Amino acid sequence: MARRAKRNVAIVATGQTDHRSKRPDVNIVEMINEAVRRCLADAQMTIEEIDAVVIGNMEHFEGIFFTEMWSVDGTGSFLKHGMKVTTGGTTGTSLALAGYYHVASGLFDTVMTIGWEKQSEGETTAGLIFQADPLWERATMSGAIGSFAASATAYMHKYGITEEQAAKVAVKNRKNAFNNPHAHLRMELTVEQVLQSKMLAYPIKMLDMCPTSDGACAMIFASEDKAKKIYQNPAWVVAGVTRHDQPFGGDLEMVMNLRTLRSATEEAYQIAGIKEPLRDLDVAELYEPCTFAELSWYEAAGFCGPGEGGKLMDSGATHMDGELPVNPSGGVLSTNCIGATAMIRVAEAAIQVMGKGGKRQVPNVNRALATGFGGSWWSDVMILSRTP
Amino acid sequence: MNAKGGSLLIAEFEAKFPYDYSAGRYAGYFLQQLKENKRLMGIKCPKCRRVFIPPRPACGYCFVRNEEWIDLGDEGTLWGYTVVQFPFLDPMTGEERPIPYGYGFIELKGASTRMQHFVTASDLNKLKIGMRLKAVFREDRKGSLADIRYFKAIED
Repeated sequence: MARRAKRNVAIVATGQTDHRSKRPDVNIVEMINEAVRRCLADAQMTIEEIDAVVIGNMEHFEGIFFTEMWSVDGTGSFLKHGMKVTTGGTTGTSLALAGYYHVASGLFDTVMTIGWEKQSEGETTAGLIFQADPLWERATMSGAIGSFAASATAYMHKYGITEEQAAKVAVKNRKNAFNNPHAHLRMELTVEQVLQSKMLAYPIKMLDMCPTSDGACAMIFASEDKAKKIYQNPAWVVAGVTRHDQPFGGDLEMVMNLRTLRSATEEAYQIAGIKEPLRDLDVAELYEPCTFAELSWYEAAGFCGPGEGGKLMDSGATHMDGELPVNPSGGVLSTNCIGATAMIRVAEAAIQVMGKGGKRQVPNVNRALATGFGGSWWSDVMILSRTP
Repeated sequence: MNAKGGSLLIAEFEAKFPYDYSAGRYAGYFLQQLKENKRLMGIKCPKCRRVFIPPRPACGYCFVRNEEWIDLGDEGTLWGYTVVQFPFLDPMTGEERPIPYGYGFIELKGASTRMQHFVTASDLNKLKIGMRLKAVFREDRKGSLADIRYFKAIED
């Protein structure tokens, strides 16, 4: 069982690039450095004040390995403590958890975490197939899209979830993205436009799916003593939980029933004292790789019962003016630089708690949920709070 | 060229990387049975009694060694599926995979997990959850999952 850390840890600063489909104007190290400098500026700190740097991405996308080595000029980690963390889609939240653990352990007071991906420089679908089991899965799977699609049909069949309900997620999130200066896609859409967009793999259409982006995100975790000096109202980490599952797609119900997210959120809520998530949380940043996933993650995260994700979407509860706004940033459907994607969920949740959200700020955020998704349907969860 | 940068260059790189993966004894037995007898074999956990396909040495739920082989036949029910219609680079061949194709999860009788494979019917539009499917095997089997061409709908 995970529990509260013996030492309070807060997120005190974040920095993101302005995410785009392609950034030929910078190389990877330059792109990482943009996020690092923005993060340091947000904290009003210098790199000398950072004790350790933890970095990660999905290396097989770009086909360049040893990120932690050759990125040193961009990260500022020369002769500092640190390590690389790379866990697929959850890389960003795993990095955040690593930053949290580093500080909670008492060994470090200030830790910078950096997630990045330059999707335009490699082949995303080929990369995703390449990470699957060579004997059993590579020949038939078609990256993320086919796996989501084949289990989304089962989800629709079991619970009567509709393509229209899924389309509403795309409309909501890409509209929210207009308020986020870092978002890659900002679109004013109708449900009809989503339904009419190009079919990729039934029932997933082009506008149901996240984009591929170039971008980076950095955050600073600090101990209680340091945190209060860096920022008056930091985002305190009250829970961090990670869960893994069985190895093969056929062992799981995939999009229909993300049991890792169910298990991780249940434990995180217990640690944070959250009884009714829809009521007790003020904002959520969910890692929704496709529209159907956001509906299903509502269920797994306990915002509603099994099969009720579509109805919750219909109710408007997860809109900006709803009971629990989900993905004010525009979510993964608007920005997806994979190694950074899950960290952006945590950074955006921290921004909401710190009250730095600008046009995307949800009023009076006390507690925020951030989730990461990836690997063989793994989940990471973090709960941030205005009070330690 | 100055510190602000000259023209934006892109370095192109293409290479062929050969890999040789060991199947292990459990997958090895499965593939041998597939090749020689057109049998799909699952393996049972002695503790929770789950039957796994693909077969694996240990039960991930109980963390004990799996021991008993179960013949799962060659027919099953379609649990979920899609028709892949978008073009993408196949890392198995280095070329675009032919589209469209049916892909789905098949529940074999007696198995606790589902098998994923190509699925087809007389018309891909006729694929439907709950329909019965039967494995179609290659004549020239080589001991790989591709010895099953696809699972085909049993239609009237």
